[in-house]
Amino acid sequence: MPRDGTMLTVVGKGGGKDGEPGRQPGGQPGSAPKKRREAVRFEGVNIEFGTPGKTVFRAVEDADLTIAEGEFVAIVGPTGCGKSTLLNAAAGLLTPAAGRVSIFGAPLSGLNHDAGYLFQQEALMPWKTALENVAIGLQTAGTPRREARAEAREWLRRVGLHTFADRYPHMLSGGQRKRVAMAQVLIRDPQIILMDEPFGPLDAQTRLIMGDLLLRLWSEMKKAVLFVTHDLEEAISLADRVVIMSAGPAARIIGDFPITLARPRDISEIKLMPEFQTLHRDIWHMLKAEVLKAYPDLTMGGEQ
Amino acid sequence: MSRVTLTTLQVLVAVVLILCWQLASTTHIIGDPQNIAFFFSTPVDVAQQVWDWFASGSIWYNLWITLLESILSFLIGAIAAVILGFWFARKPKLGAVFDPYVKGANAMPRVVLAPIFTLWFGLGIWSKVALGFTLVFFIVFFNVVQGVREVDRTILSNGRMLGMSERQLLRHIYLPSALSWVFSSLHTSIGFAVVGAVVGEYLGSAAGLGYLIQQAEGMFDIAGVFAGMFVLAAFVIAIDYGVTLIERRLLVWRPQVHAES
Repeated sequence: MPRDGTMLTVVGKGGGKDGEPGRQPGGQPGSAPKKRREAVRFEGVNIEFGTPGKTVFRAVEDADLTIAEGEFVAIVGPTGCGKSTLLNAAAGLLTPAAGRVSIFGAPLSGLNHDAGYLFQQEALMPWKTALENVAIGLQTAGTPRREARAEAREWLRRVGLHTFADRYPHMLSGGQRKRVAMAQVLIRDPQIILMDEPFGPLDAQTRLIMGDLLLRLWSEMKKAVLFVTHDLEEAISLADRVVIMSAGPAARIIGDFPITLARPRDISEIKLMPEFQTLHRDIWHMLKAEVLKAYPDLTMGGEQ
Repeated sequence: MSRVTLTTLQVLVAVVLILCWQLASTTHIIGDPQNIAFFFSTPVDVAQQVWDWFASGSIWYNLWITLLESILSFLIGAIAAVILGFWFARKPKLGAVFDPYVKGANAMPRVVLAPIFTLWFGLGIWSKVALGFTLVFFIVFFNVVQGVREVDRTILSNGRMLGMSERQLLRHIYLPSALSWVFSSLHTSIGFAVVGAVVGEYLGSAAGLGYLIQQAEGMFDIAGVFAGMFVLAAFVIAIDYGVTLIERRLLVWRPQVHAES
């Protein structure tokens, strides 16, 4: 596959009907003419942090990226490359030093109110039950408590936790807490879903289950998703596009691969498909060089 | 260890100690029993004194006064500390300006304040409440400041992303976080409320457990002093048990407390 790093504007694929089985597997990106509205656009974004030594640390450099409405984009990169930083810029949790972030065409200032953010760390309020945690997302928007709770119950059912509504987060397993967090974000019906290695702390089997759940919910809602992960297999099995970032500091976007696997996908089976393996080999070839750069201290084959 | 065994062993410790005390103060095993009884009284005399207090009912009034003073000083101290603590933690400049004064006030030995409070508030319960207040306030205050400052950053960002306004952040995140620190220091702060009440009574009052002990001491009534101490100990254990119950109720969401119960 040719290097596709410059192809940043993504073209629609069958009018957003990716979830339907009728779509051609491996359909040429760009063959369908209908163009979708852009949800998030980064233009020449630099992100910098002040360090104690008064020097400036540049985390991300000159990032250009567009995520269309209803599109699932995964960002993959070596550890510490600034993937999460980029996500935080899209959320409005931090402001870029240069360049601009626009949301549905309008420049972003302050928090991004169209976005829902699923954090890598535990973000549930430990003093609220699962139900209260999910309902709060609606209550902040002014929905009456009763109504919010009824809706929250429905969302807990959707993530398979309706019998755990009255449990506090510490009484739930890691995977269950993630599902509650997912319901908490999705109940607000955000137009853009930002995910920062959301399944990172979970074990391998739970990650598969969570991935399947995420795809099922996403195919019902069809929102723009920006999904950060260090796991290439996870990225390929979930996303429409996989974006590769170089090793930090001053990480850049160096690759952009359309993933043409058919939907709906069964992510525990998809890895066995030859098409998946071809994609994985191509992308890994680029990623591997960056991953090695992230560990300059380790000489090759240096293990005793 | 089963509950029954545990209780049996706990009672056994008391029985052995009281038995030793009784033997020492009535026989010649250790020394002159008269001498020992003068300094330590005897279990029988102390039990007699406690029994008299409860039989005549005179103790209830004193217990009530001490309890009332403790509760009032805890409530007033805690509420004031939560409000001021929040204010300080949310306005770091203000906190920085007043920091040395807060630390200085906290370092002051409270006993020296007792005469001033007696002068200001009289011999009634309010001078004791004031003393207890100065003890409770600082414990709760530092916990609130800590609780607000150490709010989990991710939970805070999550709250913001969920569309919470500053007020909602305060109500749903800062306040519960700070209160969880306050609740986990409940044993200490209520303990200090009792200390404030009893010390205040001891230094000058007309009622309360501290007053009983001080009166007995003034008349070299060693049995009375010991009886007062025993009632005080039982009183503190009862209060502590009550606090444990409240704490379990308030901190159900906390893993540690849950594991203990």
